[in-house]
Amino acid sequence: MTARRLPAQHDPAERTDPERVRITVDGAELTGPAGSTIAGILLENGRDSWRTTSRDSRPRGVFCGIGVCYDCILTVGAERDVRACQRRACDGDVVSLQEETRPDAAGEGAS
Amino acid sequence: MSSAASGYDADRPVARGHRARNDGATGYDVAVIGAGIVGAAIARALSRDGARVVVLERSAAASGTSGQGEGNLLVSDKAPGHELDLALHANRRWVDLSEELADELGPDFPNIEFERKGGLVVATTDAGARPLEDFARSQAEAGVDAQIIDVSEALRLEPDVNPAITAAVAYPQDSQVQPVIATEALLASARRAGADVRCGIEVLGGIFAGSAPGSAATPSSPGTADRGEHRRLTGVQTTAGAVTASTVINAAGPWAGEVAQRLGAPLPVRPRRGVVLVTTRMPHRIFRKVYDGDYFGATQSNDAALQTSSVIESTASGTVLIGSSREQIGFDTRLRAEVIREIAAKSTRVFPFLRDASVMRAYGGFRPFMPDHLPVIGPDHRLEGLWHATGHEGAGIGLSVSTADLVSDIYAGRTPGLDAEAFSVARPSLAAALETEEAAA
Amino acid sequence: MSIVVIGAGPAGLAAARSALRAGADVTLLDSSDQLGGQFWRHLPETSRAAKQHVLHHKWSTFEALASEITQHPRCTIVTSAQVWLLEQRDQGTPRVHAHVGPVDSGGRESLTLEPDALILATGAHDRTLPFSGWTLPGVYTAGAAQAIAKSERIALGSRVVVAGAGPFLLPVAQSLALTGARVRGVYEATTLPALARGWGAKPWKLGAAVGKMPELAGYVASHVRHSIPYLTGRAVVEAHGTDRVEAVTIARVDENWAPIAGSETKIEADAVCVSHGFTPRLELAIAAGCSIGPDRFVEVDARQRTSTRGVYAVGELTGIAGADAALAEGEIAGHFAARGPRSAAVSRAARSRDRFVDFGVRLDAVHAPRRGWTHWLRDDTVVCRCEEVTRGELDSIRSQTASCGLRSLKLSTRAGLGICQGRICGRSVEELLGDNFADGVPTDRRPIVSPVRIGDLAGQALGGSQPDERSPEEPPPQ
Repeated sequence: MTARRLPAQHDPAERTDPERVRITVDGAELTGPAGSTIAGILLENGRDSWRTTSRDSRPRGVFCGIGVCYDCILTVGAERDVRACQRRACDGDVVSLQEETRPDAAGEGAS
Repeated sequence: MSSAASGYDADRPVARGHRARNDGATGYDVAVIGAGIVGAAIARALSRDGARVVVLERSAAASGTSGQGEGNLLVSDKAPGHELDLALHANRRWVDLSEELADELGPDFPNIEFERKGGLVVATTDAGARPLEDFARSQAEAGVDAQIIDVSEALRLEPDVNPAITAAVAYPQDSQVQPVIATEALLASARRAGADVRCGIEVLGGIFAGSAPGSAATPSSPGTADRGEHRRLTGVQTTAGAVTASTVINAAGPWAGEVAQRLGAPLPVRPRRGVVLVTTRMPHRIFRKVYDGDYFGATQSNDAALQTSSVIESTASGTVLIGSSREQIGFDTRLRAEVIREIAAKSTRVFPFLRDASVMRAYGGFRPFMPDHLPVIGPDHRLEGLWHATGHEGAGIGLSVSTADLVSDIYAGRTPGLDAEAFSVARPSLAAALETEEAAA
Repeated sequence: MSIVVIGAGPAGLAAARSALRAGADVTLLDSSDQLGGQFWRHLPETSRAAKQHVLHHKWSTFEALASEITQHPRCTIVTSAQVWLLEQRDQGTPRVHAHVGPVDSGGRESLTLEPDALILATGAHDRTLPFSGWTLPGVYTAGAAQAIAKSERIALGSRVVVAGAGPFLLPVAQSLALTGARVRGVYEATTLPALARGWGAKPWKLGAAVGKMPELAGYVASHVRHSIPYLTGRAVVEAHGTDRVEAVTIARVDENWAPIAGSETKIEADAVCVSHGFTPRLELAIAAGCSIGPDRFVEVDARQRTSTRGVYAVGELTGIAGADAALAEGEIAGHFAARGPRSAAVSRAARSRDRFVDFGVRLDAVHAPRRGWTHWLRDDTVVCRCEEVTRGELDSIRSQTASCGLRSLKLSTRAGLGICQGRICGRSVEELLGDNFADGVPTDRRPIVSPVRIGDLAGQALGGSQPDERSPEEPPPQ
């Protein structure tokens, strides 16, 4: 575990945290303070990668942190390509990690 | 000059061509204007026949129409007639051509992604079912492999297609290619056969020789040319100086009208704008080129107003291309929300699951549009030395190879395998438009 | 007079306030659900922090701006508004199309605006040059470390290396330190002689600005307080690890940023935060038809007007010059866009702008990437992160096709065609492919500004102006 949310009692900003929200990520339940982004909750819970790239099957997570690079995208509900670093977690969000295999690698599908 | 300093105006020509091995004094046999896929295919064919060819490109290879479309090699959208003949010829030729190019250019050259993936045309309304099937039957009689299938079979081929479709026709011959790589491959092959490709050079006007026996080529601007005099085009004036060539082939796509004007032989080619949407990468759920039967209406129409129809397919990288719109709005490159919305809305009629997909990019390009919907291929009877190869509208990627075959057959004096008269500038269906164009010039 | 301001960072907020004071009706749009932009990115409203100001520079300025704007009767603030298209019109200022709702969700509300004037304040994002291993989890932009520290109070690592170029590395190190991380060092690629020459070339110009640059002075003081080593002429040339970063190789570089052989040292770290400056977010300005200068910033006149009638540009779109310059530019643009009269206040703002812009632009130039960086790449180094295109593939395809077109090379290599649309790799790809292109088409053009759900587009097609209206011609699929 590398990324860490600074405990409120040590924060020079004298912060008090709100109640926690609960999300599931590929079935696992994770929590974080209300107002966190989905990336924030993942990072706080020791996950620093959650996407697998399409060509080389490499792990990716946050890179730019400001919504520009789209490296941190995941699926929320039925919607793909949601930027985890920008989307605030809502209590009960069902998050899944994205499959990204390319057609040329996957081979022909239906017929 | 740094890339930063090169500025943002995509239309601004930048004179930066490589010096040709063979220019000026000795001259070329053929100067091809335009390094789109049509110009590239012609340059390859003529060079391989032994001609000394130069390709003159105002911007960069495949920077116009060829780089701004889907790469369709379709027979399914063509009604029986001359264009279908070109398409069927091309459909056979691309199979060999893709192998020839791969063998010639080697494994390190990027793949042109030729794929005979097949097309599936569907009707989304009750009223559309019958015309689609009638159209397919007429095509079948003309030699197209057009298979009318029932909805359950269509759903087996494309499980995510809207089950509410009312008719479906499978077209196994429909193919695709990555048009930019294909253009570069044809140019690379042409270079290997001795052609020069000069980018960043704009054609400004013609160089003409008079009719007097033994007279030297005398440069003159098209504006001062006496139209009554028998003259011959012997080259072009460019932003990088004079280029002499006994034959000049105008393959400038939608800009061919302007080129023809500059060379003193006006041609009624018009730009027709088309926009294609590109989605983000998604799991592979679309296996063919799938489109709405309305597409035929749009391709065959002269209506200038916005028309859209759905043409949907996956690419090798996992994105989905959604086309397309057709509008006659001149060379206006502004992207309009209305166009994007209509294309998007129609795509969901064919594949409802696309509602959740995201569009990340839009390509907008201009297709060279002829008033009688046929390309112009071959010599211009009005000006000796000038040939045209343009007007393919949205079908130029596929038809480029047929066009090159026809041009090289005529050039070499071989009996063409295709009907040259049908595509001639002198064809009757073009006469009125040609007259109007000349009167306006 | 109706004015739309896009972007609620320092420049956009200042523009909105100044336009309101001059009598205009203002609509302020931002893609985030908060005001402040990246510069004042802060804790969510659900958290409380008695001393949030210790994490920010000029926090009281932000509070004053936000308070005046949010309470102003003529101001409409639309947060969570993602502008996806600017549509040029034959007459009038470009039309603004936005979707309003949770980030990247479907079913967002459609918002279309036709303002009398448009002020673009879209800011910039980090530019990070590629290096081997930069795709490993645990490697971040410096901006990520800053944003996540300030808005989540999460430190991206416990032993962190900060590297790249430019004064921005200092506040990043400070934020990390204030969030509980140990910063192992800040590695600035610009060499000391180049820094000295750049900063010292026209000291009479810098003098006034530095005196008014408490931002920078504060960061330097914080640096000393946290005992963070600051080393110049050094770059991260490789990140090591299997599924996440474990260490980096730092090398000394020459004045051209080419690594010096034999100077490498390996440092263990669990997070690496690297940025080599900023890239302005130009897509809206390009979509609006604004002329872009040879330095690739939006060209503006003394009143912040762009070449497109009715469109103004402020902040980092016009040059990377920092928050003080952005505030001044915003004040000027808002005032003139609202047709305010000449005034002493706006003249003061103009003087302030000229001073800070001069300073900021010079700083940016001193730290700007030098082409030697390409020497730290290997053939298998990924350059385009989205499409995983390597440097070797770029070189090979360029030599194979011999193409003279940047667009052709992009489409042949797929570099820049992924979901970020070349925002991260675009300029690096251009530099690697060379700069002798006949098409001169830059990688900054993105007419569709942000991915948009087809369902949201389809819902409005065929004439419906209500976002939820479905056309009867379009039966819901069964």
